[in-house]
Amino acid sequence: MKRSILLAVSAPMLMVLAGCSGGDIPEQTLVLENHKFTPDQIDIPHGQKVKIKVENRDDAYEEFDSDSLGREKVIPGKSSGVVVIGPLETGKYPFMGEYHHETAQGLVVVQ
Amino acid sequence: MLGTALIVFREIFEASLIVSIVAAATRGLSSRLRWIGGGILAGILGAMLVAGFADVIANFASGVGQEIFNASVLFAAAGMITWHVLWMSSHGKAMAKDLGSVSAAVKSGARPPSALLFVVAIAILREGSEIVLFMYGLAAGGSSMTTLIAGSALGFIAGIAAGTALYFGLLRIPPGKMFSATNWLLILVAAGMASQGAHFLIQADLIPALGSQLWNTSALVANGSMAGQTLHALIGYDARPTGMQILFFIAVIAGIGLTMSLQRKSAPPPKKKSGNPEAVTSPQPG
Repeated sequence: MKRSILLAVSAPMLMVLAGCSGGDIPEQTLVLENHKFTPDQIDIPHGQKVKIKVENRDDAYEEFDSDSLGREKVIPGKSSGVVVIGPLETGKYPFMGEYHHETAQGLVVVQ
Repeated sequence: MLGTALIVFREIFEASLIVSIVAAATRGLSSRLRWIGGGILAGILGAMLVAGFADVIANFASGVGQEIFNASVLFAAAGMITWHVLWMSSHGKAMAKDLGSVSAAVKSGARPPSALLFVVAIAILREGSEIVLFMYGLAAGGSSMTTLIAGSALGFIAGIAAGTALYFGLLRIPPGKMFSATNWLLILVAAGMASQGAHFLIQADLIPALGSQLWNTSALVANGSMAGQTLHALIGYDARPTGMQILFFIAVIAGIGLTMSLQRKSAPPPKKKSGNPEAVTSPQPG
């Protein structure tokens, strides 16, 4: 019984270990200040992975949130976090700071 | 106020669905209220703890600690559900016949409700910690306390109401089919959690996406919509799934399904069998 459970659970885990990827990915910085993103638009090439470093200069926590990018990440105040996106199809992908979405809005444009 | 209510609702809603499925799945087990209550309590404490250490978690592992943490708890929850489901399926026949013997079997050692306690705790811990961080931010940002409390109370009540509705919906399933129905629901939840876990590891760039967007059904059911959120909690729905998410989803279902059919083959009508001490949990007579 125990062994069978181990099998059912460990298969996906092993794939995780086997699939570790690394490599250099271009990085872009996004600054969050007074609950606004600067720049509020990020242009990235089509079909490429991009690392977005979100630098939260506010005191409050923020959640970088994008339905279209499928990304959700809490960034503590006075701190920064990394979100990797892509490779993506050409198009526009809005993102927001969920906790202050009235002002914290931005757009990823894939060309 | 409505903005606050909506965010709190979104977080509570998903946790609430998981709790109600667990509650329905453990119906008839005498100790379940204690287990579920314990899970809820542990989840709330955990949420505050996680929120308190959010900075530490976020900065761990060069900025992707949060993803690793989320993926770990999701995989752990999926594993616990798997354990529970397999235990239920190997004891299912005895249970359907005699509910009394289930409680006896549960008391006598094998303890699936404890696995589900963990699942309840994790569901609440994940969603709850986000509520704590959000509220903390609002309070620190000088929002009025009344608005904050009224808004979150509204979101909280609506979220619990949705979960309760699901629970009573599940109770309408005829008792004979209850076990297999909730078991299948739990298998889907486990597979969904595993695929969400994979999604976090992809976000952290620790595993390949295997196709960053296999399809896009956001026009049909958007992630943020009510239906999208419900499906997200139930089966890990993502309108634009990666190949890896689908792979994890299928792997868990196939793994559990395969194990269940092996269980059935290796355990013909209750007879003494050597070599598998754990499978011998015959119901107590009387």
